[in-house]
Formats: sequence, structure tokens, C-alpha cells
Amino acid sequence: MNLAKVLSALAAGVLFGAGLALAGMTNPHKVLNFLDVTRHWDPSLALVMGAAIPVSALTFWLARRRGRPLFGPRFWLPTSRALERPLWIGSALFGIGWGLGGYCPGPAVASLTQPGPGLLGFLAAMGAGLLLSGRAAKLVAHQA
Amino acid sequence: MPTEFTPIAALVGGLLIGAAVLVLFHTLGRIAGISGMISGAFRKATPGAERAWRFAFLGGLLLGPVMANQLSGQSLIQASPASLPVLVFAGLAVGLGTGMANGCTSGHGVCGVSRLSPRSVVATGVFMAFGFLTASIGRHLVGG
Repeated sequence: MNLAKVLSALAAGVLFGAGLALAGMTNPHKVLNFLDVTRHWDPSLALVMGAAIPVSALTFWLARRRGRPLFGPRFWLPTSRALERPLWIGSALFGIGWGLGGYCPGPAVASLTQPGPGLLGFLAAMGAGLLLSGRAAKLVAHQA
Repeated sequence: MPTEFTPIAALVGGLLIGAAVLVLFHTLGRIAGISGMISGAFRKATPGAERAWRFAFLGGLLLGPVMANQLSGQSLIQASPASLPVLVFAGLAVGLGTGMANGCTSGHGVCGVSRLSPRSVVATGVFMAFGFLTASIGRHLVGG
């Protein structure tokens, strides 16, 4: 186990969690008020992505100018460009779940220090879903 | 429950999320995608050293909101208004969906979109559309 790696990941996790909380994403009311345009629409979350995406773009631009990360042998980037069926169906399912509960995976995990039955039920089911997702992806990929 | 439009907090939160992406990619060479991080942390095949940094990140993800609570003097973590059965269904959909699509709001929505990955642009468009539709229309039909 490499201490530098673990500490870097811990720091990144803290930044990510603090960012989610400050942004209001650990408050499902706020998430649902963004996704539900029919009632008390709250556009805040658009600004969260609007701020995160440029910094992320800068991250990958800067990485192109160096051969490898500080504590690892290489950069890992997804290379697949295939727009297959599990990508579409999976994203649709995710959107439905997100719009119902107001939780996506990050904020759900980040809320675990204040667990209630709803959050625990959500996370247990999410874990089961992740576990079954490989099989589900194969199933829909093979249908004609 | 209505929530206030909080543009400054949203922008600061988004910048912190972006900073987390930057730190993780430039130290470990890894994408800060939460659904993938969870799968990787719990998958049996993941070697110990690879598991350690993932758990460190997830630990930080829990710690971050606690620190943000302290600094802001607010309770930033709130429970979802959805009922337990709806949240269990939502969790299953989110787990299945993000697993099938290989990413969620962070991996596709922030990292992938910022790299203009075609898969991430499709995934983000689809989950946003279904998120809006579900929260604006579907949720009211199930009484959420």
C-alpha cells in the first residue's frame, strides 16, 4: 500500500464531498427542485456542473502535457466510443431513479454520516443494482 | 419543500468538485467517477492496493460534508422527501443504470462531458432528460 496514493485519494474525496455538500447536492429537496421544473424550480445545480466541468476540462488538458501522474505509472482514461444499448438504457434507468429520490451515487454515499432508513434503503438497493448491472447489461446487449 | 437559489454556493461547490477531479487525476491518474469507484472498491477481483485508495476516497467523501457543515454552520445533509419503498426502487434503478452505463453524474456528467467523450455526452443527455421527466411528471404520479 502506497501512503502517498492513499492520502491523495483521501484529499480528493474530502474535496469532492465538501463540494457536493456546499453545492446543495446532499439535500435531495434541492436536487428534486432542480429536476422538477413544475413547482419551486431552483436552477442552482446547473451552476454546479457549470463550474465543475471547466476545471475538469483543464485537468485533462494539463494531463496531456505530462507523461504520467505523480504517484502512478500512467493515466487511465476510458477509450470505448461505442454507443451500445446498455449505455442508453442504463442512463435512462439512472435518470428515473435520480428523479424519484433526488440521490445520485456521490451524494448518497456522502450523506452516510447522517443515515436514515430512506438513505440506507436507497444505498442497499443501489449496491444490489450495481452487483446485478453486469448481467443486466449483457441481457439487453444481446436482444435484437 | 421550496429551496432558495444559491448561485455562489453552487459555483464554489462545483469548483471544489472540479478540484477533486484534478487532484485524483494528477496524483493517481484516475477518473473521479463515484459509481465506478464503489464497484471497484467492493469487487472481489480488485487487488488490495487498488482497493485501499478507493476506500480512502470514499472515506474522504463522507468526511467532506462533515467538514463543510462545520465551516458553514449549516446542516447541509438532508433526508430525501421520498418514501422508503420509492427510495428502494430508486436505488435499484440508480445502481443498475449507472452500472450498465459505466458511469453517473460524476464520471459521465463532469469528467466525460469535459473531455467531450461521445459516450458521456449521450449518457448525460439521457439521464438528465429522464431525471427532469421523472421529477417533473412521474414523481407526482407515484405520490412522491
